[in-house]
Amino acid sequence: MSVELTIDGLTVSVDEGSTILDACRKLEISTPTLCYADTLTPVNVCRVCVVEVEGSRTLVPSCSRKAEPGMAVHTDSPRVRTSRRLVLELLGSSVDLSRADDALRFIADYDAKPERFGADAATVAKPVKVDNELYVRDYSRCILCYKCVEACGEDHQNTFAIAVAGRGFGAHISTELDVELPESACVYCGNCVAVCPTGALVGKTEFDLREAGTWNEAEQEQVDTICPYCGVGCNLTLHVQDGSIVKVTSPDDHDVTRGNLCVKGRFGYEFTQNRPGT
Amino acid sequence: MDLRLPPAEPSDAEREAIDAIAGPAPENGFRVAHGNRHSRHLLLPALRAAQRRVGFVSEGALGYACARLDVPPADAYGVASFYALLALEERPADVLHVCTDLACRLQGANVPEGAHPSPCLGLCERAPAALRTIAGEEPREIQLPQNGPPLPQAGADGLRLLRRIAAGIDPESLDAYRAQGGYAALARAVELGADGVIQAVKDSELLGRGGAAFPTGRKWEAVAGQPAQPHYLVCNADESEPGTFKDRVLMENDPFALVEAMTIAAFATGCAHGYVYVRAEYPLAHARLENAFAQARAAGLLGDDVAGTGHAFDLELRIGAGAYVCGEETALFQSIEGYRGEPRNKPPFPVEVGLFGKPTVVNNVETLFNVPEILVDGGAAGTRLFCVSGHVGRPGVYELELGTPLRTLLELAESRPPKAVLLGGAAGSFLRPDQLDLELSFEAARAAGVSLGSGVVLVYDENADLVDPVLRIAEFFRDESCGQCVPCRVGTVRQEEALHRLASGRTNGDELEVLADLEQVMRDASICGLGQTAASAVASAIENLKVWA
Repeated sequence: MSVELTIDGLTVSVDEGSTILDACRKLEISTPTLCYADTLTPVNVCRVCVVEVEGSRTLVPSCSRKAEPGMAVHTDSPRVRTSRRLVLELLGSSVDLSRADDALRFIADYDAKPERFGADAATVAKPVKVDNELYVRDYSRCILCYKCVEACGEDHQNTFAIAVAGRGFGAHISTELDVELPESACVYCGNCVAVCPTGALVGKTEFDLREAGTWNEAEQEQVDTICPYCGVGCNLTLHVQDGSIVKVTSPDDHDVTRGNLCVKGRFGYEFTQNRPGT
Repeated sequence: MDLRLPPAEPSDAEREAIDAIAGPAPENGFRVAHGNRHSRHLLLPALRAAQRRVGFVSEGALGYACARLDVPPADAYGVASFYALLALEERPADVLHVCTDLACRLQGANVPEGAHPSPCLGLCERAPAALRTIAGEEPREIQLPQNGPPLPQAGADGLRLLRRIAAGIDPESLDAYRAQGGYAALARAVELGADGVIQAVKDSELLGRGGAAFPTGRKWEAVAGQPAQPHYLVCNADESEPGTFKDRVLMENDPFALVEAMTIAAFATGCAHGYVYVRAEYPLAHARLENAFAQARAAGLLGDDVAGTGHAFDLELRIGAGAYVCGEETALFQSIEGYRGEPRNKPPFPVEVGLFGKPTVVNNVETLFNVPEILVDGGAAGTRLFCVSGHVGRPGVYELELGTPLRTLLELAESRPPKAVLLGGAAGSFLRPDQLDLELSFEAARAAGVSLGSGVVLVYDENADLVDPVLRIAEFFRDESCGQCVPCRVGTVRQEEALHRLASGRTNGDELEVLADLEQVMRDASICGLGQTAASAVASAIENLKVWA
């Protein structure tokens, strides 16, 4: 069964169960998203993907709202642009987005001015958490997109080491009672790091290189290989800088991993760099 | 899922309190048996029980609740830290929560040292008010002052919803309720049959009294027709809109009417199980409802065969833990299910996917109180309750014919000449003195661009400071935002910051423009009604009252 709707005056037909975002993509209408990922259940919390649906009192999140027959959708109306701009201004004024490439691009696209709320605007700034050798949590960069919680929990890893705690502007990602990661249920699969869109979660190697000012993404080479540890055969993408592995990811569209790895595939690369005599 | 539990052990008292909710611990080890995999919905009751026993939720109690209910500790911590009344750090067993909200601050609310400030406690007619919570072997909660003024309309003619309360009915006696005509409506419902009841409610044009004014009959019909089973009935008694206390008055003083109304609703919509979700700040309502449930059960009016009709229906009380947002119906479901009170995106609507993912009828207390009246007297649902407080001589709950001018209500309540009236609560709007001829009906309110909301009428006299309530409303929404979506989580903070700049005179010059933008993004792009209305009253103070003109 397919569903026909119009978006910005263009008619499009999508499979039943598709979202408005799917339909926008089919028409190549670019739609900003932050909390959405193809591999995760939409939580529709960032609200940057909102669109106007005729007959709806409020705007609707395109990432999760199902396309309905005869729907008339507008993605570039003044209401849509205003809400998207404001969402970006609110995030930009409260969170360090300096490593959130997508968000920075959207801020430019929508001419958002995060600085408009003044120098005294409250932020989520807090000290960086470096409590283990594998990855670092810098929640000053966290936009609370819930992706890490979903990846740790039901959508991917089923470890449930982290959740959203507190509420309102004080809501934050936390282990139980805010214990350090080694005391938590974390298994260091790093699947949270893989889905983080802002650099709030980052591998320790990358963190150290960035601190030292030597992280150089433009110079990095990406090498695809198969994980050597077990028989599952996960695809790995090695990010190599100056002949050393600095990060390991897996392609989101790989049908075995869907971007996920375990601690060995994600972080167990150091042995490849133990060269004779060093 | 293999839980990794925190190392701290619970005390015997905590263990006992949690076992009382979760059932006795299995002898073969709860972590092996996983006997409680579907018990997550008991998380909030278990945390509440532990806190009522020892005064706070300790690490040991949190871990033990997780073990018994098979909930990951990080998740349980997320839940516990969401609710304002749950304490995660040790504190005295005896705690005073002092209301500093709209009605109480007009009567000189003052938080003594060691006490906690609280959002509206729903005791506005006896402001200033407080709630004392005492943990221990026999935990107690006490609303202060313990008694309020009598019902202002006691003895008046024409009351429907308040009829029995005005006559001074004994709220703890089923016999007294029956002597006043109680359970005649259930008998009538059985005569009419489920479809007939739904038709009668549709014909009455009853609109929901919780704030959204959705047609009740249409909601019932939608659930009754859902093939998915089971169907659930939920009474939203999480009345937390600042200035609102009508549902408390109904539950405290006439609880059997709610039981009968819910029994009828369940009969009509095919529900065997109903929940009444009451805010934690209403301990007397909890006690009166539990008593009413027990008496109704003993009399065969709840249970496997309600009043010999062959229909099974029973009721369960669920108690919140300090979160305004849980009055939003989908956040309420999340809370009952044992999660953070984060509203769900709609659609799907509760009539299709509600509590535990099943078709669910959610009705406000006052809405349900209309049902027996409709069945017995027939006709339209023509009255509505108003919660009058602030600068009036006779604060309290008033029942008026819909369409009565606001001015008449203010005269009844012996209001001082107002400078402004807050209609509908923190999510409502401020009216000017020249708008008092507004008819209190859904249609007239809509035409005037305002909302009756939950029936709040809060009067500010000519000497009142109108900046203070505007700042308080902004603070309230910032405190009560669940934090899930960006427009509300950050928007309520930016709104409060801009208002403080205006109030202090240290402006950047663009505050009114910022506030207008925030109003638009919160109204248009927030997930739920909290965020969508978080700027309503503020905007009306600016546009209608010209507080900063």
